Amino acid sequence: MMPFEIRSLSVDLGARRALESIDLSLEPGRLTALIGPNGAGKTTLLRAMAGLVRPSAGDVVLDGTPTALMRASARARAIAYLPQGGGVAWPLPVEGVVALGRLPHGEEPDRLPAEGRTAVEAALRSVGLQGFETRPATSLSGGERARMLLARALATQAPVLLADEPVAALDPRHQLIVLEVLKARARAGTTVVAILHDLNLAARFADHIVLLDQGKIETSGSPEEALTKARLAASFGIQARVSRGEDGLLVVAQSPLPSA
Amino acid sequence: MSRRRSPLIPGLIALIGVLSLASLVIGPASISIPVALKALVSDQGAASIVVREIRLPRTLLALLIGWIFGLSGAGLQGLLRNPLADTAVFGAPQASAFGAVLVIYSGLVGTLSWALPFAAIAGALLSIALVVAVAGRSATIVVLVLAGLAVGSLAGAGTSLAISLSPNPFAVTEIVFWLLGSFEDRSMVHVGLSLPFILLASGLILKAAPGLRALSLGEETARSLGTDVGRLRGLIVAGAAIGTGASVAVAGSIGFVGLVAPHLVRPFTGYDPARTLVPAGLAGAALLLAADCTARLIPSGAEVKVGVLTALIGVPFFLWVIARRKAELVETPA
Repeated sequence: MMPFEIRSLSVDLGARRALESIDLSLEPGRLTALIGPNGAGKTTLLRAMAGLVRPSAGDVVLDGTPTALMRASARARAIAYLPQGGGVAWPLPVEGVVALGRLPHGEEPDRLPAEGRTAVEAALRSVGLQGFETRPATSLSGGERARMLLARALATQAPVLLADEPVAALDPRHQLIVLEVLKARARAGTTVVAILHDLNLAARFADHIVLLDQGKIETSGSPEEALTKARLAASFGIQARVSRGEDGLLVVAQSPLPSA
Repeated sequence: MSRRRSPLIPGLIALIGVLSLASLVIGPASISIPVALKALVSDQGAASIVVREIRLPRTLLALLIGWIFGLSGAGLQGLLRNPLADTAVFGAPQASAFGAVLVIYSGLVGTLSWALPFAAIAGALLSIALVVAVAGRSATIVVLVLAGLAVGSLAGAGTSLAISLSPNPFAVTEIVFWLLGSFEDRSMVHVGLSLPFILLASGLILKAAPGLRALSLGEETARSLGTDVGRLRGLIVAGAAIGTGASVAVAGSIGFVGLVAPHLVRPFTGYDPARTLVPAGLAGAALLLAADCTARLIPSGAEVKVGVLTALIGVPFFLWVIARRKAELVETPA
């Protein structure tokens, strides 16, 4: 169990400050949803957590060690990152793509040891892609491709899993499949952080919601704490109805508020 | 994903063996296969001179240059995740030629000087680095090809300028023929001049192989998997530039082998960009040697230049790839 912390993290993108003094402590075993309006800095925060963007100040700390001090391969073994809407350049077989998740362990996709082989099979099984092993990755549908890329991230078996809009552009069934996989992975002890735009999915699946606005954390807490009418109005600029029914918290966006 | 023993590499090596034998036999002087083989190792009079001093260096150069072109093409295609990437598309041979022409016609060095490959490498490095920099991380193939076209045209214009300013008509003829690309009248000195650079270039590109796999998922994912993408780019750009420069310095401008060779082998390597490298190099060697043998067989007064032949095959192939993949090329980020 590795605690994953973000300490006073600031990131500048060119002259613009994208993130301002972010402090966040993420616990293993929980699914955290990162929400916020477009341009709030969600992707930048996730990339900084993955070590893909250099912070101007502060640290990302995994199990007491700043990730900036870790070797690239050690960091890659500890933190799996699933970028938004990724593709595959060549018609590689599906199992070959998933096996790329073993690269941080120094395992070559065409010479996987037993452990890597097991990890790849388990990852394919958990996203329901058994039987797809030899299919060319470029022949998959959007939903199948998203599941394959998620399986690639799972195959690393990293204690931290970061996913940037993993359900964007997916149909409702695939959205549920992907979020259930992420939730199950969290329950198995992984620290999972996912950027989500659908507030109802965030409310339903996340244990913890972080609302980011203009590069700052607006609120961080349970779905009930984070998804209030007042916060949605302030951060998203929407008039929303938040109700609690038999399906849990329900957010209905009613109308955009006039911009301030 | 168990590694199947593919007959691809042994097959390509066998093909290269057959072609090499043909290359030792084909030419104006009629020499049979047994005599050609004996002439390699023992004194067979005139046959030994022809085989050892004319046909052997020519064969070796075609193999070395074809190898490094195939390898560079596969490396660049893997780096840019694009099947249309090649040094020729990036204007590198023209830029190399310009670098070489510049030092020859400034009167600094002769055509057998070590300065020549260095000048050609500098030209290639400049052109490839320029195209990769201009095309950037998210440029489309259109940007990539346009940048290559611009760089190639600029280098071509520079070479034309050097030719038109040259006071000596014989020198002009010489440079024009050299620019067409040929293995005619090359000696072991040329082999010696290019070999160290080609070995170095091969080492650089092969070192990048594991990273190319990760890169097939895009730059962000590759970096998150621990791949140093900047180093990878440096290795491949440097390898392709050194290989192209050294080749152009000894054989003139020969294009499109690097574009074609990876396509020929990719279906047999499971499209894995790392496993494509070595077979692409071997296919490039076979392709260029076959082209050189063909050039010698075409009946004509003066020998057809092999660079002309590869362009005649390569350019239609390039257009065919574009036509076949038109829809995806519009969207494909480089």
